[in-house]
Amino acid sequence: MWINMGPQHPMTHGLWNLRVKVDGETIVDAEPVIGYLHRGWEKLTENRVYPQIIPMSDRLCYGSSMTWSHLYCLTIENLMGVQVPERAEYIRVIVLELQRIASHLMWLAAYGTDLGLLTAFVYCMRERELFLDLLQGVTGARMTYNYPRIGGVRNDLPPDFERDCLRVLDYFEKKIDEYEEIFDGSDIFLMRTQDVGILKPSDGVNLGVTGPALRGSDVKIDLRKHDPYSVYDELDWSICTHPDCDCYARYRVRMDEMRMSCHIVREAFKKLPPGPFRVKAPRNGPRKTAFARVEDPRGEALMYVVGDGTDRPYRLKVRSPIFVIVSAVPVMLRGYKVADVPSIMGSVDMCLGETDR
Amino acid sequence: MDLYQFTEGIVTWLVNIVNWVLNWIGLHGLANWLGGADVVKFLTLLGESVVLLLIGFIVAITMIWQERKTLGRLMDRRGAMVVGPAGYFQNIADGLKTLLKEYIVPDKADRTVYDWAPVIMIGSSILLLVAIPLSDRFYMSNLDAGLLFIFAVFSITPFAILLGGWASNNKYTLIGGMRSAAQLISYEIPLLLSLVGVVLLAGSLNIADIVNAQSDSTWFIIPQFIGFIVFMITIVAEVERIPFDLPEAEAELVEGWWTEYGGMRFGLLMLAEYFRGYAGAAVAVLLFFGGWNGPFLPAEIWFMLKVFIVFFVFIWLRGSLTRVRIDQVLNIGWKRLLPLAMVNLVIAVAVKTLGWF
Amino acid sequence: MGGLTEEDVVEAVKKTLPEGVTIGVIGPRRITARSTRSVLFKLCEHLKNQLGFEHVSCVSGVDRLDHMEVVYHISSYANQCVIEITVDIPNDNPEVDSIAPLWGGANWHEREACELFGIRFRNHPKMERLLLPSDFTYYPFRKEIKLRGR
Repeated sequence: MWINMGPQHPMTHGLWNLRVKVDGETIVDAEPVIGYLHRGWEKLTENRVYPQIIPMSDRLCYGSSMTWSHLYCLTIENLMGVQVPERAEYIRVIVLELQRIASHLMWLAAYGTDLGLLTAFVYCMRERELFLDLLQGVTGARMTYNYPRIGGVRNDLPPDFERDCLRVLDYFEKKIDEYEEIFDGSDIFLMRTQDVGILKPSDGVNLGVTGPALRGSDVKIDLRKHDPYSVYDELDWSICTHPDCDCYARYRVRMDEMRMSCHIVREAFKKLPPGPFRVKAPRNGPRKTAFARVEDPRGEALMYVVGDGTDRPYRLKVRSPIFVIVSAVPVMLRGYKVADVPSIMGSVDMCLGETDR
Repeated sequence: MDLYQFTEGIVTWLVNIVNWVLNWIGLHGLANWLGGADVVKFLTLLGESVVLLLIGFIVAITMIWQERKTLGRLMDRRGAMVVGPAGYFQNIADGLKTLLKEYIVPDKADRTVYDWAPVIMIGSSILLLVAIPLSDRFYMSNLDAGLLFIFAVFSITPFAILLGGWASNNKYTLIGGMRSAAQLISYEIPLLLSLVGVVLLAGSLNIADIVNAQSDSTWFIIPQFIGFIVFMITIVAEVERIPFDLPEAEAELVEGWWTEYGGMRFGLLMLAEYFRGYAGAAVAVLLFFGGWNGPFLPAEIWFMLKVFIVFFVFIWLRGSLTRVRIDQVLNIGWKRLLPLAMVNLVIAVAVKTLGWF
Repeated sequence: MGGLTEEDVVEAVKKTLPEGVTIGVIGPRRITARSTRSVLFKLCEHLKNQLGFEHVSCVSGVDRLDHMEVVYHISSYANQCVIEITVDIPNDNPEVDSIAPLWGGANWHEREACELFGIRFRNHPKMERLLLPSDFTYYPFRKEIKLRGR
């Protein structure tokens, strides 16, 4: 019998429908149904000037909006051939990694709630407040930042930002140990996430899965190292993977990534050069095509722009990581029980805004 | 002077006043009938049950308050704060709110069964209050098989749950009802086995005898430690709290078998859950912690204090553990707790034949 | 990491498919190609099986008014490069071979391009609506559908 999990459901993060075909308690087949949040983003951008699209790109995925506006600016900079100053690149890296930590914390809060651990929600949100305060000091906003610009960033870092940021990171690294105690130390959590939702590496690569879901299947691919953008190739850090291909591996990869992000921010602060934080970009885009890829907290995000000589894009296409991972979800769900669905879907870290656009 | 005599005194006093009025009016036959022994006895029993019901309600409301505050502090927040001293009257406010809500009955629900299932559940939960004594004077019935009666009434619940889940005409409630019934039935066996050890040591099923046996020797938690652990785990499963609350798991089944019940029915079901939690904690105290014995304070106060401490452990479990999946729940019940309960029984037999108790 | 360089990939493709494909390197880790419809599936097979392009990043449609284009971005983890293939499609017969049988990751992208532009993909396993509601009657991303504003 086909069960509809959604569209109104406390577990599904966002508005979508997961139809599962069950035989008793075992899942035989699954079919995700999306499109409830489709806003026609790509068509809306064709009517707007290039700088006007930056706040729109924030709203693609409201969970990690800095990544998407950064991706958009990177694409347009590739199109127009604008060279961003080095200080702006370092500021972008710092802010992006803080955003990555905040996004992973929100994922952890939701994952704990899905599994019944309500305390994790409050603890993770408490730490996320620290990062949102930092980002509010830089950008002025807590959720949709509107901070990167074509040619740099909107404003320089506030005074004492380095001191505040390093203080928060010191405090936070002790807190990650606390989370690991609550989650890894709980046998029940291990029972619910180990050997559940296995995604084989070959399946993952073929189905287009990227990001922590792929790195949890022991595939050492991270776009910040394999297709470096910004100044990631000048910083010293390493890719986090995990050999088991189950939900526990994906959870572990994200925890390690949080630690690695703290490390990257510290490295970036050591190398932050003085200088301008923005250059002027031309108004009209040339008649050519360009694309850019970044490593979003959820996977590989890509934007493809076609310019036509005017100040508006002719076509702007967004590739969102969760769009492809959701299409690969039936492979992860087959053979498991209905009670495993929150476990598996939680480990995928869905964000509907970028799936439906 | 025990509860019966106390209530009898009050009832006789009231009946005397009413009889004086009736005699003054001239209805002598009615006055004689009212003053007869049978009627006084019936009214006494009615009065006792009202007293016990009131105590049950007050204890349940205090337990809900304790849960909200403790869970709040575990989650680094305050819990209910505003209504009443330290938020004590918040629950009464919530209860009133539940009274005002609309009943939405699903169209194709089987009306008779739908109406009667919560009645059976709530009725059986309140029936438990009869057999739980607060001290050697404060009890309503001192059954010779009191322990057996309590657990017989506990076992009526799966019946009500199956009926309720089926009658709501909803795939989710059906799954929730089946899961719940499976969990409750399979956890009754280790529960009863863990009790048999205590009964062996005390030599009787009468609760007063068990408590008196503990005051002669030691609290039964010491020789029956494994039994105590098994009992705590199974009683948490019987009362359907986290970590065993998969039947009402918000994450997938949106409240499980009581999804379709609204308004005061839902409120009474929640209250019934807390009555059963109180009954479970009370039995733990009576069987393992010496019941109402203690140095300075009156017996009832000691009993209540111990019950609240045991309930605090239940709340602690709720705040820190994730949910266990249903097949893992059944696994634990049959494969781990049942052998442990058997081992406990062997220990009890050994201790008894060695003559230490 | 090991693997072919971008020039090796270009040479290999030019040798296997001398006509129908124009291909060139435009920057570090970036290869561009234009292909005709008939040669597309063979090109993709060659890329996947011989040259180690395991991952489809994106499949998009572009409406160029007098014709339509489908743009494929296929990336290789082994060679650390991305190839961008553009295929021209005439307006009166908007059909192209689907690459979903080769890479499962292209499945939903092609479904979306089909319902937003009207481009048909042959041999696609499940050509159904994805984002739009079932009673939508036109192809919204075509340039003839204009939103308010300029």
